[in-house]
Amino acid sequence: MSLISLKNIEKSYKTGVGEIFVLRRITLDVRKGEFITIMGPSGAGKSTLLAIMGMLDADWTGEYHLMHHAVHALKPRDRMGLNRQYFGFVFQQYHLLDDLTVYENLEIPLSYRNVKRKDREAMVADTLDRFHIVGKKDLYPNQLSGGQQQMVAVARAVIAEPEVVLADEPTGSLHTSQGKMIMDLLKRLNDEGTTIIQVTHNEAWAAYGDRIINLQDGWMVE
Amino acid sequence: MSSQAHPLIQLHGLQKVFYTEEVETHALSNIDMEVRKGEFVSIAGPSGCGKTTLLSILGLLDSPSGGKYILDNEPVENLTASTRAKIRNQAIGFVFQAFNLIGDLTVYENVELPLTYRGMPGKERKERVQEALERVGMAHRRNHYPSQLSGGQQQRVAVARAIVGRPLILLADEPTGNLDSKNGHAVMELLKELHAEGATICMVTHDPRYAHLAERMIHLFDGQIVSEEDAMKMAELEESGFDVA
Repeated sequence: MSLISLKNIEKSYKTGVGEIFVLRRITLDVRKGEFITIMGPSGAGKSTLLAIMGMLDADWTGEYHLMHHAVHALKPRDRMGLNRQYFGFVFQQYHLLDDLTVYENLEIPLSYRNVKRKDREAMVADTLDRFHIVGKKDLYPNQLSGGQQQMVAVARAVIAEPEVVLADEPTGSLHTSQGKMIMDLLKRLNDEGTTIIQVTHNEAWAAYGDRIINLQDGWMVE
Repeated sequence: MSSQAHPLIQLHGLQKVFYTEEVETHALSNIDMEVRKGEFVSIAGPSGCGKTTLLSILGLLDSPSGGKYILDNEPVENLTASTRAKIRNQAIGFVFQAFNLIGDLTVYENVELPLTYRGMPGKERKERVQEALERVGMAHRRNHYPSQLSGGQQQRVAVARAIVGRPLILLADEPTGNLDSKNGHAVMELLKELHAEGATICMVTHDPRYAHLAERMIHLFDGQIVSEEDAMKMAELEESGFDVA
């Protein structure tokens, strides 16, 4: 069974002059443990596709199955529950809170999953350990390099042990060496069993994945 | 009037020194300043003058290398990291240039975040979040995600998050820096309104149009407070390529 199964997903906006399509007839299966790269020019619909898979965007038509859940048939509230249960997100701009320490930033996803304080402490401690950032726990994001900030963001994305990590241009704000560090990290997570779906413009980073999905003007192309 | 009371913020001889490869950089030297309750102060100056460092220290995100910082009658320059974090969460609301919203949390959840660290009961949290969202005119977007909003709307959500904990002071670091002038204007209007309702605001900006909206301007140059007159002179000199440092 596929982890994610999309069938004829479409998204469009109505405007004065007609309908503008962002995604056209996207049919795609993602298996558990895959590392998939979505590529394509700006405006091709890459980020939109990622947002739909992660249930941050509910305004589309078609069929979306997440394992045995028929997402297209669910109410927004139930989708949110699934989003929390299955997905971790990494964004180009890190999306760390600058007025929270590394430790507190890592705690955020747990506070939204009703994890008890005691378990929370243990999970944050484990994650700090796993990512070798124990020494940085009391620092604020601005006291870290871009690569370190993104590393914390990846740690936050996986702290609640999601099935899938969705990464939207995770290296887009980083220098090559730091970008490589983040890609190696994603690769390691994938080797440990996490399914990864990334959007990137970079051919070298795309090669980290098993398979490339090319988008152009909202269509999947060869 | 509260002006008889002690100032909310007092800095005496504040210093910040960075050491890099045997070079000492004085990011801030000998800063004396006060902010009274209900004031709207802007900190202005060219890039690299120390504005953001000063704001980070005011916001307890960074510690000074020397001098005194008294926040609401409490010396805070030598507190442990965890005590600082606690005071910071209770006393200070932040608005950043890049909004600092989390993309996979809804508007509502983003605003709720600072309250989740306080062990506040769910019902009270809900009321507070709703009130803050209404205050910035974003209650109708509570279930949206940040990427579904314009920059101006995202910054209004960020302002809601900054005020939801009813902080003693609001610190804003270039809050209009990522916005076009129309949206930037709307966010500044919002800050002005909050100030009119009693909020104490300290804002860093290098946009003179917005700096002048504050009641009082503090000019920083090379890590020191200078008079408005000197600030203008030095800005002119620098513009003409003269090395004033």
